[in-house]
Amino acid sequence: MPYTFTVSPDFGPDQLANWHIFNTWLQRQLTTDIHFETFDSFEDQRQAIHEGKVDIIYANPYDASFLVREKGFVAVASPHHPDETTVAVSATSPVDSIESLKAGCRIAQTDDPDISMMGMILLEPADLHKENTETLVQDSYIQVAKALLQNQADVGFFLADAYEGLSNLVKSQLKPLVNSDIQIVSHALLLGPQLLDRKEELNSKLQSMSDEPQGKNLLESLGFQAWNPIDEEEMEFMIDLIEALAA
Amino acid sequence: MQDMNPADIPGEYREVLLNLYDGTRRTVLVTDVETPYPEGKLIVSRTDPEGRITHCNRSFVDMSGYDESEIIGQPHALLRHPDMPAAAFQDLWETAREGRKWHGYVKNLRKDGGYYWVYATVIPNVRNGKVVGYTSVRRKPSKKKIAEAISTYAGMS
Ligand SMILES: Cc1cc2nc3c(=O)[nH]c(=O)nc-3n(C[C@H](O)[C@H](O)[C@H](O)COP(=O)(O)O)c2cc1C
Repeated sequence: MPYTFTVSPDFGPDQLANWHIFNTWLQRQLTTDIHFETFDSFEDQRQAIHEGKVDIIYANPYDASFLVREKGFVAVASPHHPDETTVAVSATSPVDSIESLKAGCRIAQTDDPDISMMGMILLEPADLHKENTETLVQDSYIQVAKALLQNQADVGFFLADAYEGLSNLVKSQLKPLVNSDIQIVSHALLLGPQLLDRKEELNSKLQSMSDEPQGKNLLESLGFQAWNPIDEEEMEFMIDLIEALAA
Repeated sequence: MQDMNPADIPGEYREVLLNLYDGTRRTVLVTDVETPYPEGKLIVSRTDPEGRITHCNRSFVDMSGYDESEIIGQPHALLRHPDMPAAAFQDLWETAREGRKWHGYVKNLRKDGGYYWVYATVIPNVRNGKVVGYTSVRRKPSKKKIAEAISTYAGMS
């Protein structure tokens, strides 16, 4: 049976195409069959993880925490590209700071658990929390933007990269209130229990990926410069941080 | 821990003698100048099991007013503000030593005598069943929560 590789479900179609190419690269490096599987939601992906159907994953830090502490995955490398959150409103909104948001406000977000958590933390200075806000879950960050433009939501949470990637036309109709500057949490590539003995091998292939033109191009298409190895303690520390934040 | 230096304090200040938990004392110099919490940032630090700071991030350094070299190796009591009741920290330490997560609002003292409020979480770093240190992550508190904390702490010692 081939192994299964998957990525965070928050990636758009273009990125998925690039991850598919990464999967081909992975198969060649590890000389084994690996099937690239995508999931429509974080929920579906988590279910597959519970059923032991995922062997390699490029996971967001929130999921990495349960993969490492409960499912026996190990982190191999991260692209050193921290995950940050942008909180934005419609450009026409009277709201011009986090503190001017009011109880009862409607929040558009995707089901990305990292960004939801960070977004809610960024709203705390306005005394907003799950109980006094309404969450409107959207399928994509484009939909989050639309919900703001169509006045179906008062505020939206974006992965900062996704916000940056919106078209200029859309961005011109939005107003960012705050960008997180956390710097310490990022996605990571994790190996499941069946593949633990391949960790060192994979790590050295990932490290040399940026040395050859094809690998370098692929990295660039994924938006990275290079992979940085993560040791066990670094990963544990990142998980501690996430757990400290997930109050 | 060294006392505070009047040369570091711009303008008027009060002098307060703090009795620390380990029996030592520290003279601190306090002003009423608040430094606003930096938008979108987290203030992070990490200690060894005895509570000596081993790591801190840029925001920790910037907000405390100290150089990193003055922070590493010190206890967090370096930031202890005289308006904070000892009971809050007793609760923090008891909770963390039992391996549980602690939350609370903390008024911290800067090197320049000013202060900043944070909403802090402290967790033990558990590795192979052993506590190898503690981590604290602080974020921006709301004005309402600060006001509540001020009135709660005013009635505590
Ligand atoms: C991880 C961690 C972070 C802490 N952060 C702070 C802090 O930001 N400010 C503070 O006054 N005390 C902090 N404390 C509590 C101090 O260790 C100390 O108990 C407190 O400053 C009071 O000093 P004392 O216990 O020496 O009387 C922290 C403790 C831990 C374990």
